[in-house]
Amino acid sequence: MNKTTTFHPLARLLHWTMAAMIVAMLFIGAGMVATVSQKHTWLLTIHKPLGIAILLLAIARLALRLRHRPPPLPADLPLWQRLAALASHWLLYGLMLALPLIGWAMLCAGGYPVLLAGTLRLPPIAPENALLFAWLRETHHYLAWLLFLTFVAHLSAGLYHGLIRRDGVLAAMWPRRPRAPVPTTDG
Amino acid sequence: MHDIRLSLDRAARWTLLGGLALTTVAAFGYVGGWLAPRRLTPQRLVDTLQHNGGLHPGYRRNHAKGVCVAGWFEGNGVASPYSTAAVFARGRTPVVGRFAIPGGNPYAPDGGVPIRSMALRFNGMDGEQWRTGMNAMPVFPVSTPQAFYQQALAGRPEPATGKPDPARLAAFFAAHPETAAFRAWAKQARPSASYATERYNSINAFYLVDGNGTRHAVRWAMLPLAHDAAPGPAGDHDYLARDLQQRLAQGPQRWTLRITFAAPGDAVDDAAQAWPANRRSIDAGVLVIDRTQPQGSGPCRDINYDPTVLPGGIEPSADPLLAARSAAYADSFLRRTAEQAHLPGTAPAATGTAR
Repeated sequence: MNKTTTFHPLARLLHWTMAAMIVAMLFIGAGMVATVSQKHTWLLTIHKPLGIAILLLAIARLALRLRHRPPPLPADLPLWQRLAALASHWLLYGLMLALPLIGWAMLCAGGYPVLLAGTLRLPPIAPENALLFAWLRETHHYLAWLLFLTFVAHLSAGLYHGLIRRDGVLAAMWPRRPRAPVPTTDG
Repeated sequence: MHDIRLSLDRAARWTLLGGLALTTVAAFGYVGGWLAPRRLTPQRLVDTLQHNGGLHPGYRRNHAKGVCVAGWFEGNGVASPYSTAAVFARGRTPVVGRFAIPGGNPYAPDGGVPIRSMALRFNGMDGEQWRTGMNAMPVFPVSTPQAFYQQALAGRPEPATGKPDPARLAAFFAAHPETAAFRAWAKQARPSASYATERYNSINAFYLVDGNGTRHAVRWAMLPLAHDAAPGPAGDHDYLARDLQQRLAQGPQRWTLRITFAAPGDAVDDAAQAWPANRRSIDAGVLVIDRTQPQGSGPCRDINYDPTVLPGGIEPSADPLLAARSAAYADSFLRRTAEQAHLPGTAPAATGTAR
């Protein structure tokens, strides 16, 4: 039973690392298209390599998630909250994989070279086509909004578990090491 | 087990939860510009250009009237000691370009403004690109995107006359002395009869970066080899595209790429200030344009000539107009491609017409 009360340590590390990256990414994305200042240029320079880093980590995280089952939710949690948790977690996985891929494809469709750093360039994954660009660009925009709203819901739900219900759900993902069971330290 | 040991009552804990969520949303709203109504966003800038030129779905929001061209650049290796960019080495680089006139109206008369523009995309063999948007004028009127926005606001047409209010324009120029160099040029400039006889200037400065990583501040220009410049014919609104077709029927049109180096103290980050005429320059090769297509069906239609798309060996300067051009062009590109794609919420683009 001890085994299943917390997430795998690597899962927790990935969760908090990616939380910082994804939240930064959402703000960078929203900010870079909302200014004509130099921030536009340097935020755009960060946006692309950060997006690819999130994509790679999301793949690693998905593999870990499929290998290690997360700890079960409290038995007394209402069904709708269980379903919401399940749906929002898979939605988060889907979005953190889809958004970087759509962003990458969108740049290819727009005819842009996809520069990660200096002259390090990613290969095209979509044909150069303005109509495809427009669809992908707007999809990127609305899915980013969906990711932001899902993140706010996820943050609120985490706080609800940690502050209101105090049911151990937030603790299961908390970055500190779980305390060793009391009996084994007795002695 | 308790997650967070806080001696707060339940109401305070709900308030903390709600407060954190709301703060996150408000911060996002601020960064995204929705809660920052005074910030100059690309959308506000392009909205103003669109208002001035009228809404023409599928067209660029500025320099809306133009033609596609294609050809190549023949590098001569002279610029290679100053930049590692492959385009400067000896040899050919294919080019997709566009000539245009300023303004958001694709039906504007060619003789309405004395400025013509040349945009180029050099397609490097290795997938690298160099995009540049140049103008046939020596300097930009203003130094900052904010001043450009003010100029666009001052230049909005009056509903009664369809022309800007002269008093409002005069007030803008009086409040912006940095426009003096541009105004002195504009006073004697006449709309030319041809795209082919114009000298096109990068206006903004950039850095060439050599093999040692040393940066050289430069501006560049395309100097025409055709010297029969003449004022445009009166009473004809659409002579530029026809003139270009006629010239290309005779043979390719050529320009020399001249790169001018800044001297210490020259204004690298201010496009409103010219550099003295005696600055050292080199000729890096020849641009050859050998064909033209209508912009509605030509390959330039779907290219965003963002001047910050650069190959290794060329870097943008800190000129604030460069970032603003990149941000605003991206917004204009999204608007017109979304209209072409008939995305929900966009005005229907006229299809198959000259664009």
